[in-house]
Amino acid sequence: MTRSEPLMEAAGVGHIYAGGQVGCEDVSFRLYPGEVLGIVGESGSGKSTLLSCLAGALEPSSGQVKFDVGRQGLRDVFQLSEPERRLLMRTEWGIVRQNPRDGLRMSVSAGGNVGERLMAVGERHYGQIRDQALDWLGRVEIAADRVDHLPRTFSGGMQQRVQIARILVSRPRLVFMDEPTGGLDVSVQARLLDLLRGLVRDLGVAAVVVTHDLAVVRLLSDRLMVMRHGRVVEHGLTDRVLDDPQHPYSQLLVSSVLQA
Amino acid sequence: MTAPITAGDAFHSIDGSYNFAYLDEQTKRMIRRTLLKAIAIPGYQAPFGGREMPMAYGWGTGGIQVTASIIGVDDCLKVIDQGADDTTNAVSIRRFFKRVAGVAVTEATAEATIIQTRHRIPEAPLTEDQIIVYQVPQPEPLRKLEPREAETRKMHAYSEYGLMHVKLYEDIARHGEITTTYDYPVEVNARHVMAPSPIPKFDNPKMQMMPALQLFGAGREKRIYAIPPYTQVRSLDFDDHPFAVQTFDTPCGLCDATGVFLDEVILDDKGDHMFVCSDSDHCKGRRQAGHVGPRAAAAARLGFPGSAGDGA
Amino acid sequence: MTAEPMLTVNGLAKTFVLHTQNGVRLPVFANVDFSVAAGQCLALTGPSGAGKSTLLRSLYANYLPSDGQIMVRHRGRMLDLASAEPRQQLEVRRETIGFVSQFLRVIPRIPAEVIVAEAAIAGGASPEDALAAARELLRRLNLPERLWSVPPATFSGGEQQRVNIARGLIRPFPVLLLDEPTASLDPVNRRGAVDLILAAKAAGAAVVAICHDEDVRAEIADMTFDVSSYKAAA
Repeated sequence: MTRSEPLMEAAGVGHIYAGGQVGCEDVSFRLYPGEVLGIVGESGSGKSTLLSCLAGALEPSSGQVKFDVGRQGLRDVFQLSEPERRLLMRTEWGIVRQNPRDGLRMSVSAGGNVGERLMAVGERHYGQIRDQALDWLGRVEIAADRVDHLPRTFSGGMQQRVQIARILVSRPRLVFMDEPTGGLDVSVQARLLDLLRGLVRDLGVAAVVVTHDLAVVRLLSDRLMVMRHGRVVEHGLTDRVLDDPQHPYSQLLVSSVLQA
Repeated sequence: MTAPITAGDAFHSIDGSYNFAYLDEQTKRMIRRTLLKAIAIPGYQAPFGGREMPMAYGWGTGGIQVTASIIGVDDCLKVIDQGADDTTNAVSIRRFFKRVAGVAVTEATAEATIIQTRHRIPEAPLTEDQIIVYQVPQPEPLRKLEPREAETRKMHAYSEYGLMHVKLYEDIARHGEITTTYDYPVEVNARHVMAPSPIPKFDNPKMQMMPALQLFGAGREKRIYAIPPYTQVRSLDFDDHPFAVQTFDTPCGLCDATGVFLDEVILDDKGDHMFVCSDSDHCKGRRQAGHVGPRAAAAARLGFPGSAGDGA
Repeated sequence: MTAEPMLTVNGLAKTFVLHTQNGVRLPVFANVDFSVAAGQCLALTGPSGAGKSTLLRSLYANYLPSDGQIMVRHRGRMLDLASAEPRQQLEVRRETIGFVSQFLRVIPRIPAEVIVAEAAIAGGASPEDALAAARELLRRLNLPERLWSVPPATFSGGEQQRVNIARGLIRPFPVLLLDEPTASLDPVNRRGAVDLILAAKAAGAAVVAICHDEDVRAEIADMTFDVSSYKAAA
């Protein structure tokens, strides 16, 4: 069942910005199919830089990011040709952005947003595209009668759910999430988290979730990396890191959160 | 009619103030190089160093630069706007080339060697001996959905055309059918998706395997693209919503033509109206051949331009 | 019993180091050795604060041991859970070790029957079969049917406890860790829980349990291990 090859491998990934400022340094891990990896740290810890490197958006200045492209084995993401990488991003990968405006086409209906990836891979039957869009909007708990509405008429939480449907419709193998519940009301966050957790489990999709919110990783992730000053200071099972943190910084981070 | 131009004075306009066909030879060469590139990659938008023309953008400056670069002293030019040869824009462009190139001009599609057009492709089939030049306001079919130029260029480069179908999807989702009726996107040579300029989708099938060379000039956007003769041009659609052209229930009121693109014309202030050929030359030719439409008499009574009494 | 060991602990030690409090060291236990075979139950004993729960959590890789090995028979081979990669630890939790904690800490907002069923789904059961098994188990544990579709956050201690037991016992885990499985239960429900534990043992589970109730302990345990006698020096 889990005797599979890694889906993604980061080997000594580091990025130093032009001014010499360290974004992240020497990050290594393997992610297997269906695993959810959480990355926590405060702002400036390098977690967002790392996510950009992992998601193919920012070329690391050192190390490699490899992905099992097309189930053909690990390949260096930054050695792929640009069209290969773009294809990867709209088929096997998905990125859930913190601000849904960055991940949605605001002038296209919810159904069109969800259908886009299908059309991008050559789906040419309107009825089938629409059926799948309706199905996925239903899975993210958006009523069928909203399918033709523009995202700007939706609440922030609904926009975020449309964004998730838009990504999952192509059955990606790996989803990157950047503060997926950031900017949402607490009750909306909870509902979104439940939904994400259910989808990730049901679909067996692997995910890398970057957040500063320990409750998010407690709920979503199997494994956790704690970052500080661009480096991973601790890495282990999520509940182990949160219940028995070893590194002084992890202990500080965990002890700073009120127990709910 | 002015005296014919000989090869010796081909580089000067009739009144001596301008180079032949207005543009200088360097510019024409540059545009011709761009045209060759565009023809070599059917449907690809080739950038070119567009020049200022003595008219505003939106009046066909892109098409005029293309025409000016390919026209020769022996050419015969036809200019149409909304299908008609006698509209302001068509008349002024025709007059422009008459003045700066001294070439023969015509309203008859069959006589023309170059046809510059806005909004229509003539009803009469074009031949291998003809070139049709389209005036294009917005060459980028993806622009409305993807505002970033760098991104649309990549989408063309990598054939990422899913977004084009998103636009058609939106049409069907909102209106039950594809309501795009003008500038309906086509796929050229099974590779590039292209904006056919604001012609009605009725004309799209005419582009398919057309014997004439088709050139497109966008002045403001400084892009040229082309469809070589006998090239596959397919209108995008869905399997369950196949592409279809507009149909009309009545024939042309003046010439009785069917299977042509018709414009609605209001006849009086009581709301009486009729449908007539958008292609004025086609209509005229049929009327001269003796075809009479159901509204011909009424139109003649009203002194309608182009009606039976006006035909010959 | 001569059954092969399922869980063998060698030289296990745990000391907490509190960096946020000037690095103070809190030794809990050291040099812990024991082995539990299939069908056996080891009861951890000792007074409150002796480190029973800490030891049990270490066996589940919830706490990181300071030293020693936790050898678990996983997929037919002995694997050191203490030094295994997180991925292997997850695999062991999915397939080999079940845990019933004293307090329910599960996902909020999820109905009780789904919490229980998820444990079976994680083990490969279909969602329908898992839900059916979950309901059957909750019925055997006398959890009122009207509560099945309610998230357990508002349940009484005893009700939560039964959800917890069902979740831990829905699958035949080869190794079971039980932290006060019957503490909040009334006699009737305690009986139901004990029967389930005995059934798991009979089916071959190796059990490590913390159990203050002497009657229950006497009934389920084959041997005891006094954690307080392994107190580590500060």
